Amino acid sequence: MIEVQHLTKRYGRVTAVDDVSFRVEPGEILGFLGPNGAGKTTTMRIITGYMPASEGSATVAGYDVFANPIEAKRRTGYLPETPPLYPDMTVREYLDFVARLKGVPANERKGRVDSVMARTRIADMATRHCGKLSKGYRQRVGLAQAIIHNPEVLILDEPTAGLDPKQIIETRDLIRSLAGDHTIVLSTHILPEVSQTCQRVVIINKGRVVAVDTPDNLTARLRGAETLFVQVDAAGADVPAALSLLPGVLRVAAADMRSGSGAFEVESERGRDIRRDLAREIVTRGWGLLELRPMRVSLEEVFLQVTTEESASDAPPPADAAAPEPPATPATMEEGPRA
Amino acid sequence: MRNILAIAGKELRSYFSSPIAYIIIGFFLLPFGVFFYLYLREFLKQSMGAGQFGGALNINQQVIRYVLQNASVIILFIMPMITMRTYSEEKRSGTIELLLTSPVTDAEIILGKFLGALGLYVVMLAVTLVYMAILFIYGNPEWKPLLAAYLGLLLMGGAFIALGLMISSTTNNQIVAGVISFVVFLLLWIVGWFGDSAGPWMGPLTSWLSITEHFDDFSKGIIDTKHVLYYVSLITFGLFLTAKSVDTERWRG
Repeated sequence: MIEVQHLTKRYGRVTAVDDVSFRVEPGEILGFLGPNGAGKTTTMRIITGYMPASEGSATVAGYDVFANPIEAKRRTGYLPETPPLYPDMTVREYLDFVARLKGVPANERKGRVDSVMARTRIADMATRHCGKLSKGYRQRVGLAQAIIHNPEVLILDEPTAGLDPKQIIETRDLIRSLAGDHTIVLSTHILPEVSQTCQRVVIINKGRVVAVDTPDNLTARLRGAETLFVQVDAAGADVPAALSLLPGVLRVAAADMRSGSGAFEVESERGRDIRRDLAREIVTRGWGLLELRPMRVSLEEVFLQVTTEESASDAPPPADAAAPEPPATPATMEEGPRA
Repeated sequence: MRNILAIAGKELRSYFSSPIAYIIIGFFLLPFGVFFYLYLREFLKQSMGAGQFGGALNINQQVIRYVLQNASVIILFIMPMITMRTYSEEKRSGTIELLLTSPVTDAEIILGKFLGALGLYVVMLAVTLVYMAILFIYGNPEWKPLLAAYLGLLLMGGAFIALGLMISSTTNNQIVAGVISFVVFLLLWIVGWFGDSAGPWMGPLTSWLSITEHFDDFSKGIIDTKHVLYYVSLITFGLFLTAKSVDTERWRG
């Protein structure tokens, strides 16, 4: 449905997007993941026809966005980073204007406006001026605007930015419900969002694609070994020494201080389940087994790993500019309440 | 065409749903009324004197002409306020992304914005017809020269709008757009002042360049194709440059 081939965008001497290629199948939700400034917005702007690429091509629903922009744009809904609202229009006026602009026939316009307002839960704000809306409502009006002409392709640039946790969940549900009929590309720097919403992930860093896969595969691919988390009540005994003697154990390390005393991470050979042996060993030694669970490599670690690998392989990076930003928002912050 | 009207309608509505339109119209009508009063009073004084000596006075040539000539200068001062936000505000607030990713062409957007601004200008001119109506009620001016003069005002305003649109499309700061437009319009006015003093061939050139000079014949009730052509080419030129500027910005990103 969307095909991006060897896309490159240069601003003067700065290369914002460098030879990016990917495909999005019909009905799929593709997550576009990367630190701030990685080139997500630029790529999306090229796909939506906002700006031309320096090299390469992008095709939407079979139409080249550069050669046939009108047809491609007719089939694309776009929510930019800042929702493009006119402050002195009411929500209804605004959506009506966008519907006209997107070519919705006059007799269907009112129905479309009503249905997208219901779908994005903004009907109660229909007569409010766009300039007087809260951030959450602006974002939702932006989303309503993107789907008003029922486009085949939806490009959403950080659709949940600035929403509170409840709104984030609602927006994700809405996006998931749009998949199937629509092909969706959404960008984000919030990692859990990708695993919860997207079927496939493109990780982009400094303008280049560094990984394309499903969230599960990405996690699995980067997991070299299985890691278990154990917490034991062993009163001064040398737990790591005892546990590393077990067959299949590669390494035992003290876990994060926050987990409390007696907590260890036990790394084992891949594909070998040592939980039974581990539990038996602890019990036979007379220690108390408080907790034993497998540890998941979070997408966050995957992301960090992928983006740092990339910068390590680069030619000598300038001291601070090249250091990849840490995944900008940790999961906790995203779930926590926002002002 | 449908897209052009959608954008023109949006532009026009945004003028009138904010105080801008009312401030601009008020700002225009106030000096317009003052000039109207002063010239009319002068005319009445003269007509009393003329009554003693005989000889005809012409209300078209002695009131309407001068009032509208002065109006053309007021328009010059006001136009930057109409055009300064057309593009720059959309660029600043990001709404330009909506327009440029919608299935409309650049030309449709530009023409829509041009017609929207022209619409406000037409409303502005239409209100001044109230003054003219007073003349028709209490006197008997001819309507054909009046029509020619208003056609001239319309063309001149169109030229200002096209140039202002072009200037607005180059920046995302509407104050910058307003100031530059004002300076450009002012230059296009005062360049005509060099007139005869500028020499045998620079003189005609400078007065030919002057945007207000071309209005003179219109104000007298004369529609001369050379002036029509001047304004129409200025409009085309301005809109063409706007299209180029929008395209350049798009590549630059």
